[in-house]
Amino acid sequence: MGEKKRIELDYSKIESDRMRLNVGPQHPSTHGVLRLEVELDGEIVTEVVPHIGYLHRCFEKHAEKMTYPQVIPYIDRMDYVTSMNNELPYVMAVEKMLGIKVPEKVEYIRVIMCELNRIASHQIAVATFGLDAGAFTPFLYFFRDREYILAIFEKASGARLLFNYFWIGGLSADVHPTFKEDVLAIVKQVRKTNKEIEDLLIYNKIFIERTANVGILPADVAINYACSGPVLRGSGVKFDLRKNEPYSIYDRFDFDIPVGMGEVGTVGDSWDRNIVRMREMEQSCRIIEQAVAQMPDEGDVQEKLPKRIKPPKGDIYMRAENPKGDLGFYIVSNGTDKPERVKARGTSFVNLSVLPEISKGYMFADLILILGSIDIVLGEVDR
Amino acid sequence: MGLLNKLNEPYEAGGIILGTFEDILNWGRARSDWYLHFGLACCAIEFMAMNASHFDFMRFGTIPRATPRQADFIMITGTVTLKMAERIKKLWEQMAEPKYCISVGSCANCGGPYWEHGYHVLKGVDRIIPVHVYVPGCPPRPEAFQDGMIKLQKMIKEEAIFRKRKKLEEDSKIELSA
Repeated sequence: MGEKKRIELDYSKIESDRMRLNVGPQHPSTHGVLRLEVELDGEIVTEVVPHIGYLHRCFEKHAEKMTYPQVIPYIDRMDYVTSMNNELPYVMAVEKMLGIKVPEKVEYIRVIMCELNRIASHQIAVATFGLDAGAFTPFLYFFRDREYILAIFEKASGARLLFNYFWIGGLSADVHPTFKEDVLAIVKQVRKTNKEIEDLLIYNKIFIERTANVGILPADVAINYACSGPVLRGSGVKFDLRKNEPYSIYDRFDFDIPVGMGEVGTVGDSWDRNIVRMREMEQSCRIIEQAVAQMPDEGDVQEKLPKRIKPPKGDIYMRAENPKGDLGFYIVSNGTDKPERVKARGTSFVNLSVLPEISKGYMFADLILILGSIDIVLGEVDR
Repeated sequence: MGLLNKLNEPYEAGGIILGTFEDILNWGRARSDWYLHFGLACCAIEFMAMNASHFDFMRFGTIPRATPRQADFIMITGTVTLKMAERIKKLWEQMAEPKYCISVGSCANCGGPYWEHGYHVLKGVDRIIPVHVYVPGCPPRPEAFQDGMIKLQKMIKEEAIFRKRKKLEEDSKIELSA
């Protein structure tokens, strides 16, 4: 028998293997069909690679094959939570190319519908963010209110989700006679629910512990990645196209731009991005109230147009503030009734690109929360 | 059920119900269907609305499951792209028998608005997996979802499990002998 050999080990130098994990595309927390390839060191995320393309529905190909009005339903299906806001930059661009001005009443109805849809979109965003954090009740409360908003859209356009309501040169149909009263009743209800949600979810200690100081996005990184919307404003940058580059009639209204201030943690964390959405709902309520007060009752909702819409040769880029951020359309016209090219600047696609940057070094469970706070819609990421 | 109304006046000595075993089994199966939660596109937002307070899908006895192993049926809600088709087939194969499929929305039924120029869209999910109930619409209203669910429940209720199994066994015997 030989001598017993002693093995010297420095236990602090032992490293666990890096594990590569696949999240999605079939996963309840990925907000659609996003697939994330995650590299983990124990429980800490070291690398995130988003794989997209599971909902690529060939939007740009369809835009080449359809006439100008026929493109609008496909734009609805891009960011399917905020269809009204999607339609606005496209119809404004084509109207600018044609050189027509829509009636005053149409502008007001468009603004009211866009702001209502912004509320509906933020309600889904905050509700699903609450679901990611483990709170189910706010989801039920928000969806109760959302049904009232959808009822108004349904009375106006006939559809609950994908409207095809904004047409080139006006609207597809006039609003119903009790439109103003219905909208004001919704504003009241939204304010009441938001107050309840602030007690239930936003200032809840568990929720703050879970989201504050998680996924911090500094302002310079947000600008470098071209983030927009609540993701940018959550980092403390006061930029909103409705104020900075007013389009439509947004310069007539008095409203503020809420920004993240790091109330419970650091500026630019997940909680800040979420509170910006909550406060934007209140600002949308203010815009709606002013618009309803100023809106003319009489008037036509469709400008006279030729049967075949043929914008002159040229190109145009028009952008507008979507609930998710800055949505733009670049349209090239060759003088026929079909666009040569329609390129969309998808907000969610750009905002998603910042995910690998801000989720490094956090726990795996926080990754789901960070993804929820960015609020992506896969229809717009893949188009 | 007329049976529940009689609970107030119970039968003497406990009572006896006559019926086939298959009926009771199907009655139970039709009223506790668990589904694989898999939102694909726009229809998934309407599906969320249906799960929420206004429409309350769970009163049909359904519970969302995140894994195909525990699911009785799968709801294909939205556009199936070619990249996703292979995943859906994989999920369908992982589900345990008896399994059903509801195809929701025009895209899943036949390609919908992406039929003509959608080079990356599967023109109907029934090209890769069997579909039992089709729900039309783009997107369908929550009431249409519920109608599809009632149709599926009716289908399950009238199913002949034992005869079907016997027939399947006989078929497989023939195949073996041939």
